Amino acid sequence: MNLQYTAQQQAFRLEVREWLAGHVPAQPLASFDTAEGFQQHRDWEVILNQGRWGMVTWPEALGGRGCDLIEWLIFEEEYYRARAPQRVNQNGIFLLGPTLMEYGTEEQRARFLPAMAEGRDIWAQGWSEPNAGSDMAAIRSRADHQGDKYIINGQKTWSTRAVWADWLFGMFRTDPESERHRGLTFILVPLNSPGITVRPIPQLDGLPGFAEIFFDNVEVDVSNRLGDEGAGWAVAMATAGFERGLMLRSPARFQETARRLIELYRANETTASADPAVKEAVIRAYLDAESYCLSTYQTACRLTQGGKIGAESSTNKIFWSELDQNMHATAMSILGARAELLPHAPAAQGVGSWLDGFLFSQSGPIYAGTNEIQRNIIAERMLGMPR
Amino acid sequence: MDFTFNEDQLLFQESVREFLGNEITPERLRAAWDTDTGRDPALWTQLAELGLAGLTVPEEHGGLGMNALDFVLLAQECGYVALAEPLVNHALAGVPLLQDLGGALAEAWLPKAATGEARIIAALEQNLLVEDAHVADLLLLERAGQWYALTQGEFSLQHNASVDPSRRLFTVTVNDAVQPVASGDQARRLRLATLNRGALGCAAQALGLAQRMVDMSVLYTSDRQQFGKPIGSFQAVKHHLANVAVRLEYAKAPVHRAAYAVAEDAAGAGQAVSQAKLMACEAAGLAAKNSIQVHGAMGYTWEVDLHIFMKKAWALANTWGDAGFHKQQVAGHIFADDAVLGAGATFQ
Repeated sequence: MNLQYTAQQQAFRLEVREWLAGHVPAQPLASFDTAEGFQQHRDWEVILNQGRWGMVTWPEALGGRGCDLIEWLIFEEEYYRARAPQRVNQNGIFLLGPTLMEYGTEEQRARFLPAMAEGRDIWAQGWSEPNAGSDMAAIRSRADHQGDKYIINGQKTWSTRAVWADWLFGMFRTDPESERHRGLTFILVPLNSPGITVRPIPQLDGLPGFAEIFFDNVEVDVSNRLGDEGAGWAVAMATAGFERGLMLRSPARFQETARRLIELYRANETTASADPAVKEAVIRAYLDAESYCLSTYQTACRLTQGGKIGAESSTNKIFWSELDQNMHATAMSILGARAELLPHAPAAQGVGSWLDGFLFSQSGPIYAGTNEIQRNIIAERMLGMPR
Repeated sequence: MDFTFNEDQLLFQESVREFLGNEITPERLRAAWDTDTGRDPALWTQLAELGLAGLTVPEEHGGLGMNALDFVLLAQECGYVALAEPLVNHALAGVPLLQDLGGALAEAWLPKAATGEARIIAALEQNLLVEDAHVADLLLLERAGQWYALTQGEFSLQHNASVDPSRRLFTVTVNDAVQPVASGDQARRLRLATLNRGALGCAAQALGLAQRMVDMSVLYTSDRQQFGKPIGSFQAVKHHLANVAVRLEYAKAPVHRAAYAVAEDAAGAGQAVSQAKLMACEAAGLAAKNSIQVHGAMGYTWEVDLHIFMKKAWALANTWGDAGFHKQQVAGHIFADDAVLGAGATFQ
């Protein structure tokens, strides 16, 4: 064990820091759940890619830097420290990208990965359906194989950023006789295909952060299938694995929230200290964020040395989503009567973006597999409890 | 950056786990409850023969010359079996303190510590009740800002019965004639170092205790049937144990980082230890709470072994600095004007 960064890792950190200092927009971008903000974030992805900072863990041939997980963690730390924009293409670069590298043909990798890296293709997910949420194997949207096409009919929902995205990846039932997780196929669908209707769904903040998608005889080329026909469940599990695993929520994000929470407490200590539970919650936020970081580094080191990610990685999603909720709830307590104010309200000075974060934190225990499903997975696969 | 244990450390853990698992059964622990000392001299001899008593003693004094990082996984295993012998205090706190004190005292006692002939017990001012003082061959005691090195006869003891029959606690009165072996700044430095080592020992044992309680609960709920199926198949029961698994998973790395910081004598060792102890003892506390719940009425009995581990977990949370003390340490760090916090600060 040696918990010091190597000279190379320190040099890498400085290189990231320097580049971000010169490129991160001075003004925060508009929300990527608005048309204007979406475009701004897409433009930012282009700039990131030009600096070859878009996907540092990807191979160099694909516009990445071939970084290992420790360098990725360092990059993320610098990224969040610099308050750089959120990644509008996280569905693509963190989830579909690694899945394509594992399951895609050479032709598919060449076709999709560079466009994803360059910010040309922004991806949405197509898992949930009105009657297939936590029970994803209940998917009913059909893709009928006819010649060199799939004809897709059905409906997807809760599709994050689908309102302005270019592509959707998702699962469809290709064998109408099949049940549950058999007969499902992973297909990549251009969202501008004839027969697609995207209906925005406003979220808690009133912005259309997700959408319903209706498919009416949508034709998709068979070459857009990822993996074998009928093997979609295994491909989707790989994607969900990346999502629950290390990549989606790096510790840096929560450590920065914890740091800002400590600042917020100190700035409002006179009023906030009236409730001793608030100080306790701030201390706990720090402890949990640090523990998440330490644990992630430990896992990353094990993986870079050839270890495998085990069932214990299912604990990850519960830990960060509840931490995020707790931190933002604490910030609301500190802000008191001002907590509910929208940023443009006259009395809203000093409230920062806590309200936005608080609203978003409510979704954490729900998306990427509800925390109840995660608890079942932990109990059954990690602890070995009976089904 | 390498946050992994090496092969030797993992192999040592494996062999100690196997030994402890075979030797330290709940029956053997219970048998010791009825003895005068509550300790099992034959077991101490076995531990010494394995090299555990001399693990942290320098090689020139007959030990293995290992440090807190080498010992932390073993301390976890000691927690897993609720070892009652004072091995963790001896190896992690007593022996290193004796080395720090140095001089003729260390020359005389380290070789005996290495063979297990002498049990070295360290206790801080904060440890008002000293565990295992009655079996200490050398008691290193901090009182009134000074350190004393005491052999039996140089102090008197008053036993204080604990709800945990494995724990033997004493108030200690030092005989008037005894002179301190360290005072002033040196005594303060020794206190900080010893606090870190002792609290690290608690944190590591708490990890083991939490894991043991989860394992016992999984076994019990897989076996116990109600409504025609194992109760462990019900989500309400599953989620109790999944919640423990989550808190326990994220308490491990902080304990391992603390062991590294203690072994390296790093500037931030105190912080690292406070964080580790808070996380680990909280996980063990939750393990106790949820384990007794899923055991139902059986968990509330003397007969079922769960209480052996619960009681130790409850007690460890309040020794070598309780949660309030360690939260104050963390608060002192994060609310300081010059605090370096946030992304990228953890290993700086």
